[in-house]
Amino acid sequence: MSVIRVELPQHLRTLSGAGREVTLEVQGVVSIKSALDALEARYPTLKGTIRDYGTLQRRAFLRFFVCEEDWSHQPAEKPLPEAVASGKEPLLVIGAIAGGC
Amino acid sequence: MSGVRVLVGTRKGGFVLTSDGKRDKWEVSGPHFAGWEIYHMKGSPVDPDRIYASQSSGWFGQVMQRSNDGGKTWEPVGNKFAYEGDAGTHQWYDGTPHPWEFKRVWHLEPSLTDPDTVLAGVEDAALFKSTDGGQNWTELAGLRKHGTGPKWQPGAGGMCLHTVIQDPTDAQRIYIAISAAGAFRTDDGGQTWKPINKGLRSQYIPDPNAEVGHCVHHIAMHKSRPGTLFMQKHWDVMRSDDAGDNWTEVSGNLPTDFGFAIDVHAHEPETIYVAPIKSDQEHFPLDGALRVYRSKSGGHEWEPLTKGLPQKDCYVNVLRDAMAVDSLDKCGIYFGTTGGQVYASADAGDSWAPIVRDLPAVLSVEVQTLS
Repeated sequence: MSVIRVELPQHLRTLSGAGREVTLEVQGVVSIKSALDALEARYPTLKGTIRDYGTLQRRAFLRFFVCEEDWSHQPAEKPLPEAVASGKEPLLVIGAIAGGC
Repeated sequence: MSGVRVLVGTRKGGFVLTSDGKRDKWEVSGPHFAGWEIYHMKGSPVDPDRIYASQSSGWFGQVMQRSNDGGKTWEPVGNKFAYEGDAGTHQWYDGTPHPWEFKRVWHLEPSLTDPDTVLAGVEDAALFKSTDGGQNWTELAGLRKHGTGPKWQPGAGGMCLHTVIQDPTDAQRIYIAISAAGAFRTDDGGQTWKPINKGLRSQYIPDPNAEVGHCVHHIAMHKSRPGTLFMQKHWDVMRSDDAGDNWTEVSGNLPTDFGFAIDVHAHEPETIYVAPIKSDQEHFPLDGALRVYRSKSGGHEWEPLTKGLPQKDCYVNVLRDAMAVDSLDKCGIYFGTTGGQVYASADAGDSWAPIVRDLPAVLSVEVQTLS
């Protein structure tokens, strides 16, 4: 089991009641998928807000950053770096900086 | 003492406006769900403290909220809207096939008899139902799988199911409307549906009299006459007296019959209100003068209502779900604008005053009459 850290954008903190950073226990390989599975298990209200319910595809205006690298287009089950799996570095869920209306 | 609660959905949050029966002093609560689009909020007719809200965002998708205390506190409920089976395709703007994709909930219609049952009209057009207070949603797929579905096409705002009306005398009968497919009716609780667009004429589509393809903007009904419907179409104000089987135009002397909102007086089923907009190319009031028009004859003959409304330099829009009425005596009329004003009339439209004037763009207005 690994203990990892995930940082959420403001609106998802408000929605879920979580803080800026969430500490999660992940069984098995630590990947984007297993991290989000653990996040949604802890905070069910986040289901559907980061990835699509059916396809599990990342929502278009969100990105995943790890150790200063963009992992948004990496396979969801690809193991994350040891720094994330060990809790040294967080997985960042970032909303697009878009003004909108 | 009686009072009213006005539920206002905006581009950046929801607001709850409350007043006593005099409707001259208001308390404003909000923004609830700050920063999110609140397409619609509506309360249960049988339990006014039960309110449902549709919260959405281009970033984070759809969230559903429920309140059990009249909008003071909220809890997220189920937000999984899965089309039944293979969703298939509808027409895209250019006429090519386009996959059906869920985007957001436009309209919530709580049951007339059960506070835990609620219907949701969504984009891309479909109707969903929850019987457990919004925790789980099931598509009433007979509508989307109606044979004309592949011909449906989005309006400029998306292919949205924006109007849901329940017949208070027949629990099996529901009316819905879709931009730009038209109006539909079920007489068996949502299992099967029929288009009810006969008499609509839309010159901007290949067959102006087509069975489907009409850009219906909104429909209103008075609860005492469930077979009589009033429609604001893209252009044209229409009326049906046979549950939508046939429609006739009642635009009469309106200066422009383009618009979005339409509603019926709470106590006078032949008194109806519209908010005319200049044209489909210019979504603001004619001549910069914000006017609600009232017909006391069920259409054809209309009078402008201007007292208290800006009569120059006003270039806001009034969206389809942004007009509502209370059932006090005299009937109160309310509407919101894309400029962030919510106007109220406590005398059936004779005079108006803003409740608030600097909210984000208003998407929807609903009113609860409280005893």
